[in-house]
Amino acid sequence: MQLSAKSWTLIALALCIALAPLAFPSSFYYRIGAVILVNGLAVTGLVILFGYAGQISLGHAGFAGIGGYSAALIPVHFDVHPVLGLLAGAVLSGVLAFLIGRPVLRLKGYYLAVATLGFGILVFIVLNNEADLTGGPDGMSVESLGLRSLSNALGLGLNTSEVWYWFMGLIVLLGAYLALNLHTSPSGRALRSLHDSEVAAGTLGVDVARYKLTAFVISAVYASLAGSLQALLNGFVTPDIAGFLQSIEWMTMTVLGGAATVLGAIFGAGLLTALPQALTVFAEYEHMALGLIMMLVMIFLPTGLLPSLARQFRRGG
Amino acid sequence: MSEFLQFAFSGMTVGAVYALVALGFTLIYNASDVVNFAQGEFVMIGGMVTAFLYASGTPLWLAALLAIAIAAVVGVLLNKLAVEPARGASVVSLIVITIGASIFLRGLAAIVFDKQIHRFPAFTGEDPIGIMGATIVPQSLWVVGGGLAIFAALYVFLTKSVIGKAVLATANNRLAAKLVGINTNHMMTLSFGISAAVGGLAGVLATPITLTSYDMGISLALKGFAAAMLGGMGSPLGALVGGFLIGLIEQMTAGYLSSEYKDAAAFIVILVVLFTMPRGLFGPRVAERV
Repeated sequence: MQLSAKSWTLIALALCIALAPLAFPSSFYYRIGAVILVNGLAVTGLVILFGYAGQISLGHAGFAGIGGYSAALIPVHFDVHPVLGLLAGAVLSGVLAFLIGRPVLRLKGYYLAVATLGFGILVFIVLNNEADLTGGPDGMSVESLGLRSLSNALGLGLNTSEVWYWFMGLIVLLGAYLALNLHTSPSGRALRSLHDSEVAAGTLGVDVARYKLTAFVISAVYASLAGSLQALLNGFVTPDIAGFLQSIEWMTMTVLGGAATVLGAIFGAGLLTALPQALTVFAEYEHMALGLIMMLVMIFLPTGLLPSLARQFRRGG
Repeated sequence: MSEFLQFAFSGMTVGAVYALVALGFTLIYNASDVVNFAQGEFVMIGGMVTAFLYASGTPLWLAALLAIAIAAVVGVLLNKLAVEPARGASVVSLIVITIGASIFLRGLAAIVFDKQIHRFPAFTGEDPIGIMGATIVPQSLWVVGGGLAIFAALYVFLTKSVIGKAVLATANNRLAAKLVGINTNHMMTLSFGISAAVGGLAGVLATPITLTSYDMGISLALKGFAAAMLGGMGSPLGALVGGFLIGLIEQMTAGYLSSEYKDAAAFIVILVVLFTMPRGLFGPRVAERV
C-alpha cells in the first residue's frame, strides 16, 4: 500500500511521541516533553503562516499572551472551567488577528516584521502594566485543568507530568493533522502559491489578501492555544509569555527545523527546548552556545536541519 | 512651557541614541539587505569597553577610541564570519543569524565583563545648564551634537569621497557596481565596520546618562529598528528623523500621559504610520516591478 506524505508524517510524529518516553530516565523528562509539545503546537501554526504562505511574524507571542491570560483570568472572573478560558482566548485571538491582519499583511518583508513585532510588544506592555488585573511583572497563578483527576477517574494512574505529556501529544497530533490537511487542500495550494509569487497567484485568481488573512488567523489561534496550554501546564503565567524573545524563539524553532514542514518545525521545537536544559551544565556559556547554534545552523543548513539531513540521507542511500 | 522644554530635551537625548542605532541599521541594510539585530550590541560594547578601560586607569579619550575600534572589529568579524557565508539566505534566516549573533555577543559580554551596571563620568562636567526654566546636562549636548555630526560626516563621506560613492553604488545595484570594478564584498565589510563604529560611538556618548550593562542591546536594537522603519528603511535622513521622533514621542508620553506606556506610544505611532505609508516616512517611492 502506498502511503501519502501526510500519513508518513503523522505516523513518524506519533511514533516519536510514543517512543520518546522509553529514553526518559525520570518523570521530570515528561515535563520537558510536554513543554516541547506546547512549543510544537505554536510552531505548527507558524508553519502555516510562514512555511505555507511565506509571511513573517515576530509578534505571535502576543497571541500566546492573550491565550495564556484568558486561561488564567476568565475562570477567576466568571467562575467557569479553565477549558472555557482557553477556548475564549482562542476566539479572542482569532478575532483580533482578523482585525489587525488586513492592514498588517499589506506590508512585506522587514516592514511586516516590525509591524508584527510592534503588536507583540504592545500586548506585552499591557499585560505588564495592568497589574490590578494581571498581577504585573510578577504574573499570576492559573487554575488547574484537572487532567490529573481525569486520569485517576479513568484509572490510568499517571502523575501530572505524564498525563500532560500524553495529553499534549494528542493535541499536537491533532494540530499537525489539521495543518497537513490544509497543505494538500485547494486552500493550502493557494496559500503556498503566495509563498512563491503573490503576483502570479493573483493573476491565477487567488484572492491574495484573503488567503494571507486566513493563514494569519489560523496561526494566531494555534499560538493562543499554545499560550493557554503553557499557562495551564505551569499553573502560572507572567507577561514574558508575550515577550519578544518568545516570538523569536518560536520563529527560530520553525526555521531551524525546516520551515516548510510540520515535522521539521516540531523537531526544531524539540531541539531548542531541550538544548537549554542540556546546556545548563555549562551555566554561563549557555547563551553563547545558543547564539552560536542559531548562527551555525542557518549558515550551513539554510533550509533547516531536517530537510538538509533528509537530503544527505537520500544522497547517501 | 518649561515643562514641555524639559521633556523635549530628554526626548532629543534618547532620540539621538535611537537615531545613531537606526543610522547603523541603514548603513548595513543599504550595503547588504541585512537588518542587523545585533546593532544594539555595538552600543553595549562601546559603553562597556570604555567603562572597563576607564576603571582600569586608561584616560577617558583613549578608552573611548579603543572601545569604538573594538566595536568596529566586532562588526567586521560579524560580517566575515556570519553574514557573508550566508549570502542569499532568506530574510528570516538572516534575522535568525543576527539575533543569534546578538545573543552570542550578550553571553560573551557577561563573561568578559560582568553582569553589573556601569558608567563613567560625563565628558564636560555634571552640572545641569538652565535654559528657560528647563535644565539639560552637558552630556545631552554631546549626545545630540554627536548624533548630528555623525550624520553630517556620513553624508559627506557617502556623497563626496570615492569610497563613499562606491558604498552607495553597491547599495543601489550590486551587480552594476561589480561591473564597474567595485569590490562589493569590501564595501559590505566596510559598511559593517562603519556601522559598528557608529554604534560604539553612540555607546560612548550615551553611557554617562543612560548607563550600560551587558544586556542593554536588545531593547536599543528594537527601538532603532522601529526608528529606521518609521523613517523608511534605507534612508539615512529617515533614520535620523525616525530616531528623534521616537525619542520625542516616548518622552512626551512619559511626561504628559503615563511613563508606563511610553514604549507603547512609540510602537502605536509606528503601526499607524506603516498602515498609512507602507514604506515609512522617507522610504523609496518605487513601484513594484513584476
